[in-house]
Amino acid sequence: MATEILSGKVHVNTTINGESTDFLAEPRESLLEVLRETLGLTGAKEGCNDGNCGACNVIMDGRLVNSCCVLAVEAGGADVTTIEGIAGPSGLHPLQEKFLEHAALQCGVCTPGFLVSAKAMLDENPDPTEDEVRWWLAGNLCRCTGYDKIVRAVLDAAASMRGEG
Amino acid sequence: MHAISYAAPTTVADAVSILAEHGANARMLAGGTDLIVQVREKLRDTTVFVDAKHIPDLTQLTVNADGSATLGAAVPCHQIYGDDAIVAQYPALVDACRIIGSTGIQGRASVGGNLCNSGPAGDTIPPLIVHGAVANIAGANGERTLAVEDFCTGPSRNVLGDDELLVSLTLPKPADGSGSHYLRFIPRNEMDIAEVGAGAAVTLDGDTITAARVSIGAVAPTPLFVAAAGEALIGQTAGEAAYEVAANIARDAASPINDMRGTIAHRKHLSFVLTQRALRGAVARARGMEVGHGH
Ligand SMILES: Cc1cc2nc3c(=O)[nH]c(=O)nc-3n(C[C@H](O)[C@H](O)[C@H](O)COP(=O)(O)OP(=O)(O)OC[C@H]3O[C@@H](n4cnc5c(N)ncnc54)[C@H](O)[C@@H]3O)c2cc1C
Ligand code: FES
Ligand code: FES
Repeated sequence: MATEILSGKVHVNTTINGESTDFLAEPRESLLEVLRETLGLTGAKEGCNDGNCGACNVIMDGRLVNSCCVLAVEAGGADVTTIEGIAGPSGLHPLQEKFLEHAALQCGVCTPGFLVSAKAMLDENPDPTEDEVRWWLAGNLCRCTGYDKIVRAVLDAAASMRGEG
Repeated sequence: MHAISYAAPTTVADAVSILAEHGANARMLAGGTDLIVQVREKLRDTTVFVDAKHIPDLTQLTVNADGSATLGAAVPCHQIYGDDAIVAQYPALVDACRIIGSTGIQGRASVGGNLCNSGPAGDTIPPLIVHGAVANIAGANGERTLAVEDFCTGPSRNVLGDDELLVSLTLPKPADGSGSHYLRFIPRNEMDIAEVGAGAAVTLDGDTITAARVSIGAVAPTPLFVAAAGEALIGQTAGEAAYEVAANIARDAASPINDMRGTIAHRKHLSFVLTQRALRGAVARARGMEVGHGH
């Protein structure tokens, strides 16, 4: 059977932050546009819209991706975690707590992207070195804090998640 | 972005028939880190996106019974450096996969997409060349194979016809005593495109080099296979004197341009220096030593 070529509004079913979610999207719409404009999940930000800033980062099927560089239709059947899914039922994620404690944000536009990226790193590597944190987060740009506080917050969160602090 | 349509075929044959029907309007979509950005920025007018990621032949990464590896065209960088067997056999390719863009980009960006985008600075192309990789291509007229050094024909241009797609890359098993390394120079610390990149693969018998391949990127309209640099190393003792001879050949082969990332003179100089360093790294790895991927 020949493959159907989809255009106009396409029905997509995906799992977002653990919940089965249906939406309609045109093939040209990015996952970021659908998250923000169709689903009202405005935590992921549009900084550059070309893959350079990381403000739109989400975790898709266990991998960190720039949602501005993913078509929403590609998310069919995928498991997506956004910043809205990071906190647990009992409160903030340790990364979120440590960002507050270390004052690792000023305007906050980059913060959701940093938190999602850092979570993806800690899921893979619970005990990163400072060097590993800096390289993993190299695709997240912040125009305000100068990165140092962000790196300290991530290292501190990792330590507390390992029960060391 | 202008309106597009999207297809997710599950077989190579189906993908080929869509490409054949829509001609130059259709393109394969792997990680989209080039294609989506280029269409959004109106650098391409593609209207039919053909998703590569539902076709098993394009998404598998396997080490075959004969020790060679088959790398599906759409396998992302993240999966490549997460595979211990691939890391052990093809360290130059792994070096490149670890420095493309950022972690988020590496979650999607594929080696096949990097090759088919055919940028002169594409980081995975010199490593593929030094590993002796072969491109497995399918199209309306059947299948063909081609050495990767013959794949790119100019900036953003390659041998693929409108009805053709890259299915996979075959990487031969490295001989015992082999090592490889890729590195690049960028004006920033990360998140930039190579001013020059250099890859080398060597095979040692004791201290004697018995096989070597060298390739440099961003110094010509396509990544260059510098066959003469590798040949000059054969029979030589691994060491600085030999590397210098090969690096001089690489510098002479480079025909770079001036642009915002560097001048002709600087790129020529880098072709020499990075070839030396790639050879040092390749030899160290052939001897079982650890060499950082240099980010
Ligand atoms: C922020 C950022 C940083 C980047 N940094 C780097 C870098 O450091 N080094 C570097 O080399 N590149 C870099 N890139 C470019 C890009 O990420 C790479 O070229 C990547 O490997 C492309 O792979 P992809 O899977 O995303 O390809 P796509 O965007 O999906 O495809 C790329 C091209 O290849 C074609 N194509 C894809 N698969 C096939 C196939 N199977 N058969 C035929 N044609 C096919 C597509 O139609 C398209 O023209 C960067 C991009 C961004 C956005
Ligand atoms: S908005 Fe996606 S990387 Fe900047
Ligand atoms: S806090 Fe403003 S961009 Fe990072």
